[in-house]
Amino acid sequence: MKRITAWRRRPWAGYAVVLAALAAIGVIYAGFSPQSDRAEATSSAQAAQDLKNGQQLFNKNCASCHGQNAEGTKDADGKPIAPSLIGVGAASVDFQVSTGRMPAANPGAQIPRKEPIPPFDTSIKTDYEEHEEREAAEKQKARAEKNLRDLNAFIQSLGGGPEVPPASAVDPEKGDVALGGKLFRTNCAQCHSFTGQGGALTGGKYAPPLSGDDVTPTQMYEAMLTGPQAMPVFNDTTLTPKEKQAIIAYLVQTREEPNPGGNGLGRIGPVSEGLAGWLIGIGLLVLAAMWITAKKPKKLKKS
Amino acid sequence: MSDTTAPKAIEGTLGFIDERLGSTTFFRRNVKKVFPDHWSFMLGEIALYSFVILLLTGTFLTLWFQPSMKEVVYDGSYTKLQGVKMSEAYASTLHISFDVRGGLLMRQIHHWAAILFMASILAHMLRVFFTGAYRKPRELNWLIGINMFMIGMLEGLFGYSLPDDLLSGTGLRITQGVLESIPLVGTYGYMFLFGGEFPGQDIIPRLYVLHILLIPGLILGLVTAHMMIMWHQKHTAMPVKNQSEKQVYGYPFYPVFMAKTGAYFLFTFGVTALLGAFAQINPIWLFGPYDPGAISSGSQPDWYMGVLEGALRIMPGWEISAWGHTVSFNVLIPATLPLGIVFGGAMAWPFIEAWITGDKRQHHVNTRPRNAPVRTATGIAAVTFYGLLWLAGANDVLAERFHVSLFATTWFFRVTVILGPIVAFIITKRICLGLQRRDADVIGHGVESGVIMMSPEGGFSERHEAPREEEKIVLLSKENARPEAPARDARGVPAPGAKGPIGHLRSRLSRAWTFDDIPVEEHGHGEHEAIESGSDSQVKH
Repeated sequence: MKRITAWRRRPWAGYAVVLAALAAIGVIYAGFSPQSDRAEATSSAQAAQDLKNGQQLFNKNCASCHGQNAEGTKDADGKPIAPSLIGVGAASVDFQVSTGRMPAANPGAQIPRKEPIPPFDTSIKTDYEEHEEREAAEKQKARAEKNLRDLNAFIQSLGGGPEVPPASAVDPEKGDVALGGKLFRTNCAQCHSFTGQGGALTGGKYAPPLSGDDVTPTQMYEAMLTGPQAMPVFNDTTLTPKEKQAIIAYLVQTREEPNPGGNGLGRIGPVSEGLAGWLIGIGLLVLAAMWITAKKPKKLKKS
Repeated sequence: MSDTTAPKAIEGTLGFIDERLGSTTFFRRNVKKVFPDHWSFMLGEIALYSFVILLLTGTFLTLWFQPSMKEVVYDGSYTKLQGVKMSEAYASTLHISFDVRGGLLMRQIHHWAAILFMASILAHMLRVFFTGAYRKPRELNWLIGINMFMIGMLEGLFGYSLPDDLLSGTGLRITQGVLESIPLVGTYGYMFLFGGEFPGQDIIPRLYVLHILLIPGLILGLVTAHMMIMWHQKHTAMPVKNQSEKQVYGYPFYPVFMAKTGAYFLFTFGVTALLGAFAQINPIWLFGPYDPGAISSGSQPDWYMGVLEGALRIMPGWEISAWGHTVSFNVLIPATLPLGIVFGGAMAWPFIEAWITGDKRQHHVNTRPRNAPVRTATGIAAVTFYGLLWLAGANDVLAERFHVSLFATTWFFRVTVILGPIVAFIITKRICLGLQRRDADVIGHGVESGVIMMSPEGGFSERHEAPREEEKIVLLSKENARPEAPARDARGVPAPGAKGPIGHLRSRLSRAWTFDDIPVEEHGHGEHEAIESGSDSQVKH
């Protein structure tokens, strides 16, 4: 008791109590708040305002290719420039925009993943030391999240379609990882390679790597659900939501797993192994051979 | 042969053995065997010592490996595969990797040693080829070496197929396809090897016996023959001072060469252990168990099978069907033709060369590659051919890593695999002749000293100095082309070797071999002064 009394009288004790209380409130709030980070609009007025925001964002960033009413556009020969977005659903928009693929920089064989444009960049850094800087970054991130949500909702309102999965459906900790590995090898590895390192496809297309931390579980789920670009659609009858979660669990847990055998050499199989064998193995042994040959015994030295 | 007598330490041991086996003369002669010294002579030793490491680590692995296709449900330490159905072979490999102390290290050392074994054989073969060390009397050892490489390919394929993982199962699937593509007997051959439909229950136990018993035994026998023949014929030497066709110059086996080669074994062991400890190889737990319904992109074989993989990948889909039978040229040709050309050509080469040049002498001193331009150019053409096919085997990885279209890589390799060797031949031959010209220049004019002389008349000239003696010996090791015997003598009788169409071909090839040879020889004084400076010669001989 004496010790607690002594602690209590320290000059910083008051701050510590306030801090602990704040932390406790935070934890309790997090426990009670819904798992999904989509905050439901409280009233229809708010919803209408969000939808309006979504439409404005669409007009600003997407309409130039996808058309004023998201009906898609064609060039003079009738070849499509951009597809109609009516009915593609929120999941598709969320995937394309959050991975930075949309808005697209230029049409090629395949549109690459890149940093999302600032209004939609939900992956910005917020762990600044400076309080104001951190606050500004957090505000910007919240705005980006809201923008993305509003845009998703706007496209969803046009013709329905697959929705963004809830956080509980993509949690990699809850999936059956052994089943996921099996499903991945049967359905995904032929393009994305054993551990999701990515691979080449025909005509300049490619299966992007899934091994980087920037590929979020939600994006994996949305990609399976909507089949972006060269990827086939794995709808809920082909792969049930449980199976999708299993695949996500396999991918995330495998990429987080350290390599027990040393350096993973890119985890791409025998090509990098052969390269290492020739360059490092034979290279070191040739150096050793040169060193040994250069050594002349003193007693027998002739030349 | 060196004239030094064996030191006391060895005399005692020899005495002990001699009193029991009567082998003094044998040992006395052989312990002093002289070995020439050059770093490239140790490439073959990497293969020898990797083989020793392979035998030792392989024995360790057999203690736990279960060559069985019996289906089991995995229940080991690797949680990501728990509850997955797999063969006992795969499960026991996981057991070695995760539950046997030092098992993963041993597996990795075994696999890296296999990579180094094959790589060093190839490097050694290239050294032997480009220095002309395969010439009479060493043709037999050349043939043994090539056969060891080919048997090594099979040994490797069978070895990495044993764990029954998804990657190696894909390789076995291709093996099955290749067997099936053989006209007439293909299907029977495939059924015989697999004991039924692919993959069946028999293949892993069969490959296991071949991998740990038959093929290592064969390789061991060939290695022994290779070493004994080498010992008997003596090692070839580089053209250095004191070395001649009659006399070997180097260090005696005991104590110098023995210490060096012993140290080199430790180096080889060190490098394989280093790789085994720090570089992950064949992570079968990431590949998953074999399942005929699954496949992964980036499925490549180990490097020594890459040339076959490449040939298969760039081959157009040619196939004919007649009377209910299909001949799959799209599999048959890539499986047999490229390696047939490279290894068949390599095996025939010593005899073709001897036939063309008419050289039936014994050779113990190596040729410098530049001094045999046609041989060197042919070798580089073969390297280019092999190398391009090898790269083509990794075409999807290349396309993915370097962001090029997969189809573009296929077409690139289809074109270059034909044109590349031709271009390589021409360029290499030109480079060789250019180097010959430079050697002739150094011998004829001397080395540029960088000293500028002014003559009394005011003209400038650079002083050339004679090359150092060691360098001169190397340069003068070139055997200049001898004038060809006329195809017909003065009375119109054709020379014995030039009769008939074959003889005609031979004399034409013989001319092609040497017609642009640049003689490297010491000239008399003053021959080149006019070209060099127009003033008094500063050339010293």
